[in-house]
Amino acid sequence: MTPLLQVRGAGHRYGLRHGCRDVDLDLWPGEVLAVVGESGSGKSTLLGTLSQRLGPSEGSIRYRMADGRVIDLGEESEAAVRRLWRSEWGFVHQDPADGLRMHVSAGGNVGEPLMANGWRHYGRIREAAAGWLERVEIPADRIDDHPTTFSGGMRQRLQIARNLVVSPRLVFMDEPTSGLDVSVQARLLDLIRGLVFDLGLAVVVVTHDLAVARLVSHRTLVMKDGRVVESGLTDRVLDDPHAAYTQLLVSSVLQG
Amino acid sequence: MSARQAVYNIGYLDEQTKRMIRRALLKAVAIPGFQVPFASREVPMPRGWGTGGVQVTAAVIGEDDVLKVIDQGADDTTNAVSIRSFFASVARVATTTRTDEATIIQTRHRIPETPLSEGQVLVYQVPIPEPLRFLEPRETETRRLHALEEYGLMFVKLYEDIARFGHIAKTYDYPVLVGGRYLMSPSPIPSFDNPKMHRNPALQLFGAGREKRIYAVPPFTSVESLGFEDFPFEPQRFDEPCALCGSTGGYLDEVITDDAGGSMFVCSDTDHCERTATRSGTESATGTEAIA
Repeated sequence: MTPLLQVRGAGHRYGLRHGCRDVDLDLWPGEVLAVVGESGSGKSTLLGTLSQRLGPSEGSIRYRMADGRVIDLGEESEAAVRRLWRSEWGFVHQDPADGLRMHVSAGGNVGEPLMANGWRHYGRIREAAAGWLERVEIPADRIDDHPTTFSGGMRQRLQIARNLVVSPRLVFMDEPTSGLDVSVQARLLDLIRGLVFDLGLAVVVVTHDLAVARLVSHRTLVMKDGRVVESGLTDRVLDDPHAAYTQLLVSSVLQG
Repeated sequence: MSARQAVYNIGYLDEQTKRMIRRALLKAVAIPGFQVPFASREVPMPRGWGTGGVQVTAAVIGEDDVLKVIDQGADDTTNAVSIRSFFASVARVATTTRTDEATIIQTRHRIPETPLSEGQVLVYQVPIPEPLRFLEPRETETRRLHALEEYGLMFVKLYEDIARFGHIAKTYDYPVLVGGRYLMSPSPIPSFDNPKMHRNPALQLFGAGREKRIYAVPPFTSVESLGFEDFPFEPQRFDEPCALCGSTGGYLDEVITDDAGGSMFVCSDTDHCERTATRSGTESATGTEAIA
């Protein structure tokens, strides 16, 4: 068996400067990988590189498709990559406004990926949308309301529903909980953890919050200045950090 | 004051410009529904008054052509009259108001009721050529969506209509899929006219002057109006006949007749209305002028 995502020597440059470089990682089905590090350490660049949202990149990123074929993402056409975005991948943005259509109803937002995949039956689209709103704890009577009328937590849950409605195999999350207050964060993390477990999703989650990594992830990657300084099982990395920078990061968390 | 009059090239535009527009038209016909960019010129009318249609007409018109111009179906509105007289003077062509006699019909907002035949050219004036424009403001992105045939977004608009009003509420500029491939805006014709585009024997050319785009539907090309399986496309329908000519099955305009709420429904296609009235002898063609 090969990993879902096999990354070797991946990097991305902005002009002459590297956003991230020399990243090696394997992601297996059902596994949640957290990428932690300080602001500017290249976490989001890495996520953009893996999800092919940024332009040409260095190194190789191999992905095993649902039909078992292994493809090198850098060599695939834009059409093929966009097909993956539509059908096998999800991307949860930090700001829900980036991932949602703010002037389209909640039902339309959840239904859009289905329609993009060729669903042409209104009744079934609406039924699927209603089902997903329920799973992410949005009341059924809000299905025709615009996300502009939703609270931050609801918007983020709506964005998650929109991403999961097509049953993706791999979901990228960029700081999904920052910008929410602590109690809402906890509920959202609980929801994400439940859904990931139920659906057997593989997730790459970028966060600056070690508590998030601790709660949802199996493995953790620590980044600093665009490079991976340490990686391993989350509990090992956070309880027994080896790299000097990770020790600093772990000890700088306020103890409540 | 010199008595010398300005002499224009046939069809007003210079030969280089006409060649450029014809190249765009050929590409448009070769790829049905695809929007071809072209170097839109200034013509002696304001943008938004049909400059795209005028340029397309100017590029295809010859001295043997017979031109008809309609605006909302009518031959006698300011815009239609002035475009017709413009080409009568700069292209020295014959003009007509009869659909069956015309070789080129420039139109805004309607397709004539009289069925078109092979050899006729229908030129549409288009304000916004991009059907996805109000859903996706970025031109780079809409071009990519067309290139990759990603039209899910258009269905989001239809979904929203059904969720809000219980039916697809769009009644004009209703999006169509041309030749099973390109999503196209049919210009602001009523959805009533959409079925006429499907496998029409006439050549349909679309010119958007301000937006600098040309596209086309070649004769006998499939033009499918979008819809859901359980909410299919429904063209508008009218229950009553035209108040002037008594014909049914045409597109009707509501005309206000007094300030006490009175109104009547009359054919928007004046040529069709006059000829039906003449044939049945119910009312003379002056009826349209009486209410105008």
